[in-house]
Amino acid sequence: MTADTLAGWSAANRRRAEAMLAAYPDRRSAVMPLLYLAAMEHGHITEDAMREVAALTGMTPAQVQSVASFYTMYKRDGVGRYLISVCTSISCFLLGSDALLAAVEEETGTAGGESSDDGLFSVEHVECIGACGGAPALQVNYELVEGVAPDKGAALCRWLRDAGPEIVLSDEMQQLFGGRRSFDWAIREHEGAVAPVPAFAPYGSSGEEGA
Amino acid sequence: MASGFPPILTGRMTEAPGDSHTIARYEATGGYTTLRTALSGMTPEQVTEQVKASNLQGRGGAAFPTGVKWGFLAPATPRFLVVNADESEPGTFKDRQLLERDPHQLIEGTVLSAYALAVHHAFVYVRGEYPKPARRLQRAIDEAYAAGFLGSDILGSGFDLDLMVHLGAGAYICGEETALLNSLEGKRGEPRIKPPFPAVEGLYSRPTIVNNVETISNVPWIVANGGRAYASIGDPASAGTRLFSLSGHVKNPGNYEIPMDLTWRELIYDIGGGIPEGRELKCWIPGGASAPWFVPAEHLDTRVTKDDVAENGSMLGSGAVVVMDDTTNVVAAAHRIVRFFAHESCGQCTPCREGTTWLERMLWRILQGHGRPQDLDMLMDVSDNISPGLTWPPAMTTICPLGPSAVSPITSIMKYFRDEVEEMLAAGVTT
Repeated sequence: MTADTLAGWSAANRRRAEAMLAAYPDRRSAVMPLLYLAAMEHGHITEDAMREVAALTGMTPAQVQSVASFYTMYKRDGVGRYLISVCTSISCFLLGSDALLAAVEEETGTAGGESSDDGLFSVEHVECIGACGGAPALQVNYELVEGVAPDKGAALCRWLRDAGPEIVLSDEMQQLFGGRRSFDWAIREHEGAVAPVPAFAPYGSSGEEGA
Repeated sequence: MASGFPPILTGRMTEAPGDSHTIARYEATGGYTTLRTALSGMTPEQVTEQVKASNLQGRGGAAFPTGVKWGFLAPATPRFLVVNADESEPGTFKDRQLLERDPHQLIEGTVLSAYALAVHHAFVYVRGEYPKPARRLQRAIDEAYAAGFLGSDILGSGFDLDLMVHLGAGAYICGEETALLNSLEGKRGEPRIKPPFPAVEGLYSRPTIVNNVETISNVPWIVANGGRAYASIGDPASAGTRLFSLSGHVKNPGNYEIPMDLTWRELIYDIGGGIPEGRELKCWIPGGASAPWFVPAEHLDTRVTKDDVAENGSMLGSGAVVVMDDTTNVVAAAHRIVRFFAHESCGQCTPCREGTTWLERMLWRILQGHGRPQDLDMLMDVSDNISPGLTWPPAMTTICPLGPSAVSPITSIMKYFRDEVEEMLAAGVTT
């Protein structure tokens, strides 16, 4: 079934799908990783993506949609190359998250959760991302930057536009645009995000610096 | 260690910051020796006995005794262990540090726990917004498999355990253990009605134990040093050390591992360094966004223990302390917390789905300068419909505590800052 269902998928992603289905005691449990994988394959969670994931997991397309629509990180509309998620929950709010969000929206020409006309940026405000000791914080393609002043947030957006990094690296952005962190990150991490999907090897969404 | 107490959870990352996440450093500092000892010389029951004797309480928020929870596990097999790394309570960032900086401590704790519980398949449910912690953990799991600490016939003991990382996708409610299990089964993350409890009917309707990252990370120390040694640390009713996440208007935000016998004054001023820029403390949230707030006039000398905080009408929850100084607009702060719960309500229960939305809109209206005098009574009335009687601990009209949690900031500002709310109404202040 997998081969027919995923005829349009890359060979690497077909292998990843097989591995996900084999990894759980029940194939339905693979729906969440498969949705991330489908987002990598299609750019976001399309109708086709949900039908494919349904066929793989033995769910109906409606069941897959009910799952996809429950979780905020499954984007059913197109997202820009760089998804910027600004935390506006209580600790970040107390330390100026709203000014950071405004600066990021202004720099990218977005407002209210939209994408920029050039397709480069999507900006969203999100609930707590567990970076409260390094507030205010944001993520680019779910890679974290802490202690981001509004002007640094705008500068980060300009850098993304100008440098256009293929791999979004948390440590690199932190060094260039971040400030106070929740705790010592200690060592530089060389793995980062290649798409607006959490960078995790099983999803094919991560890349390694210099690799 | 700010308090001078030898740390249980954070020692390795403090002493060896450059590589505390690697198996080489973990083993070089005594890691996995406890597992060797336990698998070769202890029965599963003996491991469980140490955890029971430790009086370890769950560190995810509910503070339920871990050993008691384990004791509820039904005998049927297969059974599962799920480590809850869906850390999402606003103000909380401790599990992130444990995952990134000492993942082998969690893995050893997981294997010891699984051995005690006769579990052969365990999961770590990591929130989707934590890809870096998930990567660190996955690398550590790969190292542990290669070294024979996971997989078949671990260290020649005949005990098998497979451990898998599962990423969430952005839903606070999946931190609630039955919602987490639904999510892991490939469903919407909607909490289940309890009973049955997961220990009887959990993942795939099988007996399942769900424990928080910090809870499980304590297990290697407990098994190595004995439950009684752990129980002797801190307050008798709140055994052990805890990781407190300090954030907001405090000079030294961060995670601090301390025994639970300090006062709030010591935690905020001595450890947290006090309030920046010479400003005054206005209030703080003692245990995550769900907890009722504390104020300096009443609570600075209250002790940071489960019981002392409960007696004063709040909870230590997830250990997240959010500090607010005297410049804080408490209505705006309450709105931000209520908005969180309105956004994160799963929608199953009407009082929560509708109530949190109404509360958020009323607070927003007040913030916009369009509040009406009757809004104060209506805020309390809607709150009372979510959590009848507005008592602590909260009564519930809902399957899970998310809805009642949204009431905490409302009752807090009405209790301590009602004059400020009334002033905003009278002035029609626009923020």
